[in-house]
Amino acid sequence: MAHVSDLIARDIEQYLKAHERKSLLRFITCGSVDDGKSTLIGRLLYESKLLFEDQLAALAADSKKIGTQGGDLDFALLLDGLTAEREQGITIDVAYRLFSTDKRKFIVADTPGHEQYTRNMVTGASTADVAVILVDARKGVVTQTRRHSYLVSLLGIRRVALAINKLDLVGYAKDVVDRIEQDYRAFARQIGLTEVVCIPVSALKGDNVTAPSANTPWYHGTTLMGYLETVAVDDEAQTGPFRMPVQWVNRPNLDFRGFSGRIVGGSIRPGDRVRVLPSGKESTVARIVTKDGDLEQAVAGQSITLTLGDEVDVSRGDMLAAADAPPGIADQFEAVVIWMDEHQMLPGRPYLLKIGAKTVGVTIATPKYKVNVDTLEHLAAKTLHLNEIGVCNLNVDQAVAFDPYAENRDTGGFILIDRLTNNTIGAGLLHFALRRSQNIHWQAIEVDKKAHAALKGQRPCVVWFTGLSGSGKSTIANLVEKKLYALGRHTCLLDGDNVRHGLNKDLGFTEADRVENIRRVAEVARLMVDAGLIVLVSFISPFRAERRFARALVAEGEFCEVFVDTPLDVAEQRDTKGLYKKARRGELKNFTGIDSPYEPAEHAEVRLDTVALAPEDNAELIVDHLRRMGVLEPL
Amino acid sequence: MTTLTHLERLEAESIDIMREAVAESEKPVMLYSIGKDSSVMLHLAMKAFFPSKPPFPLLHVDTTWKFREMIEFRGKTARDLGLELIVHVNPEALAMGISPFTHGSAVHTDIWKTQGLKQALDKYGFDAAFGGARRDEERSRAKERIFSFRSAQHRWDPKMQRPELWRLYNARKNQGESMRVFPLSNWTELDVWQYIHRENIPVVPLYFARKRPVVEREGALIMVDDERMPLAAGERPVQKSVRFRTLGCYPLTGAIESEAATLTAIIQEMLLATTSERQGRVIDFDSSGSMEKKKQEGYF
Repeated sequence: MAHVSDLIARDIEQYLKAHERKSLLRFITCGSVDDGKSTLIGRLLYESKLLFEDQLAALAADSKKIGTQGGDLDFALLLDGLTAEREQGITIDVAYRLFSTDKRKFIVADTPGHEQYTRNMVTGASTADVAVILVDARKGVVTQTRRHSYLVSLLGIRRVALAINKLDLVGYAKDVVDRIEQDYRAFARQIGLTEVVCIPVSALKGDNVTAPSANTPWYHGTTLMGYLETVAVDDEAQTGPFRMPVQWVNRPNLDFRGFSGRIVGGSIRPGDRVRVLPSGKESTVARIVTKDGDLEQAVAGQSITLTLGDEVDVSRGDMLAAADAPPGIADQFEAVVIWMDEHQMLPGRPYLLKIGAKTVGVTIATPKYKVNVDTLEHLAAKTLHLNEIGVCNLNVDQAVAFDPYAENRDTGGFILIDRLTNNTIGAGLLHFALRRSQNIHWQAIEVDKKAHAALKGQRPCVVWFTGLSGSGKSTIANLVEKKLYALGRHTCLLDGDNVRHGLNKDLGFTEADRVENIRRVAEVARLMVDAGLIVLVSFISPFRAERRFARALVAEGEFCEVFVDTPLDVAEQRDTKGLYKKARRGELKNFTGIDSPYEPAEHAEVRLDTVALAPEDNAELIVDHLRRMGVLEPL
Repeated sequence: MTTLTHLERLEAESIDIMREAVAESEKPVMLYSIGKDSSVMLHLAMKAFFPSKPPFPLLHVDTTWKFREMIEFRGKTARDLGLELIVHVNPEALAMGISPFTHGSAVHTDIWKTQGLKQALDKYGFDAAFGGARRDEERSRAKERIFSFRSAQHRWDPKMQRPELWRLYNARKNQGESMRVFPLSNWTELDVWQYIHRENIPVVPLYFARKRPVVEREGALIMVDDERMPLAAGERPVQKSVRFRTLGCYPLTGAIESEAATLTAIIQEMLLATTSERQGRVIDFDSSGSMEKKKQEGYF
């Protein structure tokens, strides 16, 4: 790796000392498919003499075999990591490239320009200090340039280098470059990108990449490498107020209690007042502990351990913040949501949200609008699909500390996680807390659930029947209700068909509507449990996530899931309502079991076999179970 | 304004990653391979949890074919730092007498290392394992996440990777599934050596040049580390001043001729060098994209 300095051979100690002071820049490159992005990064590596001979040999061999440059070195091949992608000739995910010069170390996020990959670009941009946006000099500013610039600006990157590439193909013409620069600056201003540098380059030929080109005597600006080596880094986070999410409580013995985390805003010194959020308690920093000795001061970017002057309660997920400039606390927000999963966002479905070191439950409301990333138009939306960006209200199940994303990327950015698959399905940028979350408080009710139940002399609960259409849910639920009535219990039966005639008559059968359908019924069931009733719910309720949600609404021991496990062919044969025939003829869309999935119950309290047992026997099984649960007295 | 240096930023990031992994897992472990990357990772762990000890054991998946000096260093390191060291030797490989000389590097690596690692993770029920891999080592590593999800069968699916945004790592998993965590993802070989220099971190002496008995095979200098190494007719080990850029099983690790006997000398030699470090590793050469295939099967 021929670093250029002769100091290496002459005085290695001196060289190492100088190099220990290098800074680190993270940047993202974005461009359309044929803008020559991979070629540009490959060229940066090549020109900086950062490739080893064996890497060059492999590159030469690959260039001959699968290259697109007629046997010449195809720099793009240096970057295409995975075999399958290499063979298709495209990169399909985010790849991180590392290189360094005598001045700086660089981490490049390489992301594809295809329009379906907003997700990857957002991911790459989230950690970048600077963006390099490529345009093809022959095409100028195109739709994708605008899209990439919008995403870069959305993710809070302010410094952008516009690399006007393929200059060799337009005869190194100044007027072409001037026109593109004008176009771009006009657009950049609109979206709030203020620090833009335009650099005319040819990645293929090497013009203005690391050395000024003789082909562009009219250009007096910096080379691309010159820009990357000198642009300012990590100055913004340090100027804000102190923020540190607590990752880990460090307790080696009874005499030491430290709070470990990475500072994501401002700086801290012993003696500074800090506030613990969300509790609001305050204390003073006693020590900044590291293995290399206590520090006088620590700044954003550093991982440290703090001890406090008072015995205050702090745990993982809490935030330590400057006492005189604390972040907000709320449980309802407006945020930009970027959806990253194949499966569409379902308003009302319970997901998880991770912000800082805290993970909480969240539901997302129907988007206020989604953004057309090409035109920046606001469009009406009922949901968000993969790679769509929208503005939504969020409801989290416990208060979290936050700053608006525009003020701090680390305390304002969050990810969304699916509760079942655990995949990261979205990301978001917090705007502000909703007023109502600060003003509406739960009414403390004096005549409570216990009182209602005591008056009726019973223990309330939800008996939740799930199963395919025609599985026998309603028949069995009716029989159970009769038995409970006979035992003098106060009950209420919520049946899918009946509720859809009233409370839920505005809902259809799309996945989103099904989720909302169950959410409402689950909430009604909860209210009825509060009223002291035994609630029988008979809904197909095909998704585990909503059944889990319904269970979580009531207390432990108040939920009994009954899986009416009738095989599809049996239910279809019965077809009591003639619905399966209709669905098979294509007259009914989104019919569970036919063209909409049913996710079988995993942890049902009772599983009923309706093939082997008659409804009457099955109803008796449930009554037996309610006795075991303590809802009914033992025989 | 304090501008952090690149090593300070890398150090802070690695510590952040380790703390997060420990906080989000039930039974973490550090895969300790004895090499320079492991030395750096361990050093970072000592910092991350100070004044506590790192709250996890070290695990070495031993193939019985490691350099003897590596094994000595392993024991000394664990003793000096007062950490628990688990050494796992795949009993099936032992029974079958798997050796790189008779079975070839592919079978050797698969059975001793890949299968051995899976056995060890299953046996102790570790749900998060730190590894010292770096993104600059090999092309398929460049796309792997820092928190890399593995199925209950330990498989890696490059198409099903979780997006990793900001410093928010999603470490959630179901029973039986696990995470591989790579705190050194953003380090390069040069960063590692510079950090070893800055922090004065002990490394296995094999990295420094010394006269060692070697034979030349298919262009690689292989050290004759013990009597198990079969010599061809007429093949005689010769004493050469050599060192190693990476360490693994001695029959599969090529030495380079060098006089660099100090840390600064090897950094100097590396900066002036013209070949990358994995060149000395025989396993990457089996077939194109071979590292990617191994990783899908559960290799680190």
